[in-house]
Parts: sequence; C-alpha cells; structure tokens
Amino acid sequence: MHDYDWLLLAAFSLLVLAPAPFLGRYFYRVMEGQRTWLSPVLKPVERLCYRVAGVDPQQEQSWRGYALALLAFTLVCLLALMSILLLQGGLPLNPQQVAGMSLPLAFNTAVSFVTNTNWQAYSGEVQLSYFSQMLGLGVQNFVSPAVGLAVLVVLCRGLARQSSDRLGNFWVDITRAVLYGLLPLCLVLAVLLVWQGVPQNFSDYVSATTLQGSEQTLPMGPAASQIAIKQLGTNGGGFFGVNSAHPFENPTALSNLLELVSILLIPAALVFTFGHYVRDLRQSRAILASMLVLFVIGLGVCAWAELQPNPALAGLPIEQVGSLEGKEARFGTFASALWATTTTAASNGSVNAMHDSFSALGGLVPLVNMLLGEIVFGGVGAGLYGMLLFVLIAVFLAGLMIGRTPAYLGKKLEAREVRLMVATLLVMPVGVLIFGALAVSFAGPAASIGNPGPHGFSQALYAYGSATGNNGSAFAGFTADTPYHNLMLGLAMLLGRFGYILPVLAIAGSLAAKRAAPQGQNSFPTHGPLFVVLLTLTILLVGGLTFMPALALGPLAEHLAF
Amino acid sequence: MLEHFRPAITTLAVMTLLVGVAYPLTVTGVAQVAFPDQAAGSLVHDDTGQVRGSRLIAQAFDGDQWFQPRPSAGSYATVASAASNLAPSNPKLRERIEQAGAGHAGQAPVPMQLLTTSGSGLDPHLSPEAAAWQIPRVAQARSLTEVELLRLVEAHTERPLFGPAVVNVLALNLALADNPSTSSQ
Repeated sequence: MHDYDWLLLAAFSLLVLAPAPFLGRYFYRVMEGQRTWLSPVLKPVERLCYRVAGVDPQQEQSWRGYALALLAFTLVCLLALMSILLLQGGLPLNPQQVAGMSLPLAFNTAVSFVTNTNWQAYSGEVQLSYFSQMLGLGVQNFVSPAVGLAVLVVLCRGLARQSSDRLGNFWVDITRAVLYGLLPLCLVLAVLLVWQGVPQNFSDYVSATTLQGSEQTLPMGPAASQIAIKQLGTNGGGFFGVNSAHPFENPTALSNLLELVSILLIPAALVFTFGHYVRDLRQSRAILASMLVLFVIGLGVCAWAELQPNPALAGLPIEQVGSLEGKEARFGTFASALWATTTTAASNGSVNAMHDSFSALGGLVPLVNMLLGEIVFGGVGAGLYGMLLFVLIAVFLAGLMIGRTPAYLGKKLEAREVRLMVATLLVMPVGVLIFGALAVSFAGPAASIGNPGPHGFSQALYAYGSATGNNGSAFAGFTADTPYHNLMLGLAMLLGRFGYILPVLAIAGSLAAKRAAPQGQNSFPTHGPLFVVLLTLTILLVGGLTFMPALALGPLAEHLAF
Repeated sequence: MLEHFRPAITTLAVMTLLVGVAYPLTVTGVAQVAFPDQAAGSLVHDDTGQVRGSRLIAQAFDGDQWFQPRPSAGSYATVASAASNLAPSNPKLRERIEQAGAGHAGQAPVPMQLLTTSGSGLDPHLSPEAAAWQIPRVAQARSLTEVELLRLVEAHTERPLFGPAVVNVLALNLALADNPSTSSQ
C-alpha cells in the first residue's frame, strides 16, 4: 500500500464515522417529526405534500396498515416506472432518440430500482433517455431508500414503544426521509461532483474529432444529480454502463473519496438513530463494533488478494504487480478493493472497477458481503433492519445457551417473533441457491456465463446473490439481459426486498404490543465486547452454514486450482 | 388496500416533480453558473472552436509518435464503453497479455497498465512511470531528446492527495501536437 492509499483509508474512515453520531441524531429528529434547522424552508413543502396526497400526518397506522400502504406505493412505482421505460421513445428529453425498452428488460429494470437493487441489465448511455434517467430511475433512487428507512424506523418504534399497535404513518415517514434526509445531502454532493468533472447538462451527445481525426461521440446528460443520489441512497445504478469506473461518473481521486464516503454515510448514521429510538447508545456502539470487525476483515482480505500478482502471468516479461485488468489508473488497486468491499457491505452495488476481473479471493469478499445479507452498514434502512434481525437471533441463541426466555431491550422474543426471524433467514438461500442452481442447470440460462471453470459458476452465484441481496453489483461478464435472467433476477429482487420487509414489519407490530420488562441484574447484556463477539459469530455461522458449499464450488475452487 | 392508492399515486407524482424535475434542474442551474466547463463535459476545443474530445475521455492513438493510453476492451467506443470482464484465471487474459507484451520485447518489463484494459474502457490516465516508459519510442519517432519528453511528462503529472499520481494522455499528446518543435516532424 502506498502513502496515498493510507490517506484515502484515513479520510474515508473519518468522514464516515465522525459525522455518524450527529447525522444519526438528525435522522431521529427528522423521522419523529421534530423541528430541525431545515424546517423553516421544508415544512411548507412537507405540508403541501400531505394536502395533495390527502394524508393526515397525525394518523398513525398499525403494522398491517403500514405494510399495505407500502405495498400499494411499491406497486404504483413499479407500474409507473415500467410505463416510462417502455414508452420512453415517445417521451420528451430524448435527444438520442432512444427506443422503448423490451418488456422483460423494462420489468427487470423497474423492479431493480423500486427494490433499491439497481442492478443494471442495460447501459444508460445507450438504452435510457434523460427523461427515464431523471423522472424514472432518479425518482426511485430517492423513494426506494426512503422506504428502507421507513421500515427501519418502524422496527425501532416496535422496540421502543410499549403496549401499542400504532407504528407511524408510511406517507409521513417516506416524505420526511426524502425531504429532510436525502435531498439536502444530494444537493451538496451533486455540486461537488460537477466541480470534479461530472457532466450536468441537457445537451445532445457531442460529436468530437479526435487528435488523429476519427469521430468520437461523447455522451452527455444530467449525470451529477443522478450520481449523488445513486451513492447516498445506496442505489448504485450508474448513469453510464460501466458505472463509477466511467471517467464522467467518477473523474478524480477526490470524487472517488466523496462517492465512497457517500455509500456509507447514511447507513453508519442510522446505527445511532436506532440508539436514540431505544434511548441507549451503548446498543448502537455494540452493533457498530460488530459491523466494523466484519468490514475490516473483508477489506483486509480483498486488498491483500488484489495486491498479489496474478500467478497466471508469472514468467511473462511484464511488471509483476497486482492485476490492473478492469481497474482505473486514477484509483489504483487499493481504492478499487476498498470500493468493492464498501459497495457490497452496503447494498449500494456501484463499482469503480470490474469485480469480474478480481482475483478469486478478491471477488470472494464482495460475494460474501452480499450473501451475509448486506448487514455491514448495509443499505439505507435495509442494512440495519437486517442487522437487527441478526441481533435478535443472537439474543435468541444466547437465551437457549443460558436457559432463559430471550429478551432484547426488555421485550421478550416468543414463538411468533422467532418464526418470523427464521423466515427471513430463508430468503437468501432460496434466492441464491435455488434460483442460482436453476440458472446454471439449463443450457440456455447458463450460456450467459462468460468465463470458464469455477469462475463461471461464481458469475451466476454473484448475479443471484446481488439480486436477492438487493445489491446490484455484478460480475459483469455475465450476460444478464436475456428474457430468462431478466425475469428470474427480477423475481429474486422482489423476494429479497419483501421477504425481509414484511416479516420485519410483522415483528415490529408484535414487539410494539408487548410491555418491556425492566432490565435487571439477570438480563443478558446486549452491549459490550461479549455481545459483539456473539453477534459477529452468529452472522458468520449463519452465512457459513448456508453458503460454504456454494462458495467452495466457485471462488474457493478457483483460488485452490491456481 | 384501495384507500392507499390515492396517496400512493399523488405522493409519487409530488416526489416526481420535486426530486425528478426540480432537483436536477436546480443542480444544473448551479453547475452551469459555478462550473460551466465541467458541467459541459470538460470539452477540449481547437483554435477554430471545433471539439476535439473531452479531457476525461481517452482517445485511441496509433503510431510511435504518440503516447498511448491504456488498452480498451471496447476499442475506445463511448456509446457504450466496455470492460473485458476476463477473470484472472481465464486463459484468454494470459494469451492477450502475452501477445501485447511480445510487441514490446526489447523493453521488458512492460508496465502492467499498458497491458491491462481499464474498467471503463475510457481511462484517460497513465501512471508517470507508464508514460515515461514510452519516451524512448516517442523521442525517436519525433526526433526529440528524451530529456525534453521527460520534462513534458513531469509537467503533465498530477499528484492528488487521495490517489496515485497520473498523467492525462490526451493532454500530453495535445502538448506534443501544439509544440512547434515537435509538430514540425
């Protein structure tokens, strides 16, 4: 590692962790409807939103009402976005006269953005008009993380409230998350990105004559505004096909730092938001510690693996350093490994280097991050509610070990909650192992595989892991734009989204109805080093038991065969 | 369920106006005023005002008299650009690198950056070392001294705080083209 790599790591850690407690408190105030410094400007806009929607912001919903509102909103978003993508050929802001998408691709893309996956089976500069980018994908980039955040705060309220069946108002929660949470941060980041060189215009693509006299078409568009929310909303769907590796999308080392920080900024802050809900920041610190342990292990393995020379190239008269295939010169090897670890720890899924060309172990890390359910910081809201499920499972296991009824923050975990928790544990195995096995078992779907040997299997595993985990990054040599994969990956994304959201809302409803028992001397402490170790081991154990055989066939076999 | 569709449709409509229209327009407005050059794509114009490319997007350069950028899996296509996505274990990667390396047999070891395709297929940069490695060839083709070219490479080296030192190949070649003592070749 070079000096600038250490500087990047230091700046990244500082910019993610230092604001987290303050931003976390801010998000708590926002989601609980308290006054913030932006209220004088945004309160009138917020009131207008409720008036137009016919929503009474004081009227809270039960978990069922909340879930129905969420499903109705998702369905409307899905249909609206699909219509835009199918009809974009006839819509305005289409200087390149891009035609409408095919039905399977439109379905896949709409599901992808509505579920905060942002898997790209398309290339933005070829297959999307500016209208689709802004009013289609861009809008979902805002509201899909808002939905994740809303579900998280419902779970927090479930833990914090006593003997209640009211969990908040879905419309209020997503409106406040967008207005006060995402929008102000995006305005700042977007302008910083333009400063670094990201285009922001509505021009036609520019035709240039290169120095040697050939024609070069330069894609244009409102890229910076899209990329800001793509990073901050843990979306990850690039304005351009090659995502944040594209020099227009991520032009400099500084833009790289800013985009990296934006991936984890909100997910790290939300750990503290949770602490404010349950009035115990020690819980936040324990969860954060477990996340950091998993992050550091992942980063260490990925960076080490990528810095090793490729053994297949040994003996050639070339510089023997870590492979730079699929990596950009302005970032270098370490920054690419850092991005790969970060983007899959969160459910972001943007890339600044091609994961398909990573070494076997270097590619194993992002894959494992996704298979664990993206709970190391994770997506906006989605990461922490996934992590809290693991906390509940760890508490349940500890309860079995010490022979006591498990309780978290005074709330007893009983058969109903445990059943729902176990249901969420089945989501990743079904989406990855069953859908993935189908994909490699038939000649047609398996033809999408672009590399020979175990790495080819990893490509399919990665695709279905990314879709079910709602990540969106890819081993991009996998040809995803086929009717089969568009449909099946779309279904995997829906499973990965609602297979968690619905049980989480149900658990929240059931917890809110309980009274919290006072925590005494005999309660099992869910903070402190012992719990951090228990939680970390629970995550690794569940992930390992589920996915070790599949990983052995893919990246591990590739590594050992070398 | 039905009572939820009115707020669903209207909330989506309001959000679309707010974050789908107002937000990108606001950013565009600020960007056009504060950073008009970057907002327009960092275009490079010649004396006649014709666009010759973008500082951020690599161009293909053939011939010994030019510094060559990193290879591109999509042959520097811009709509859309492409990566190879070859796994390190894929025999095609070794074959391709071996062939490319053989072309520079006299000057081993060849820098890794000049043998590997970038993620974007449009990487405009090289490390100063990979640029300097090409100096003997360019110097000979242009009848320049290596010292002059080394100075040119150094003048075009950017050393950012949070990333590796880089040379913009297009800027370097533009300087070669503009320099009267070199363009007369």
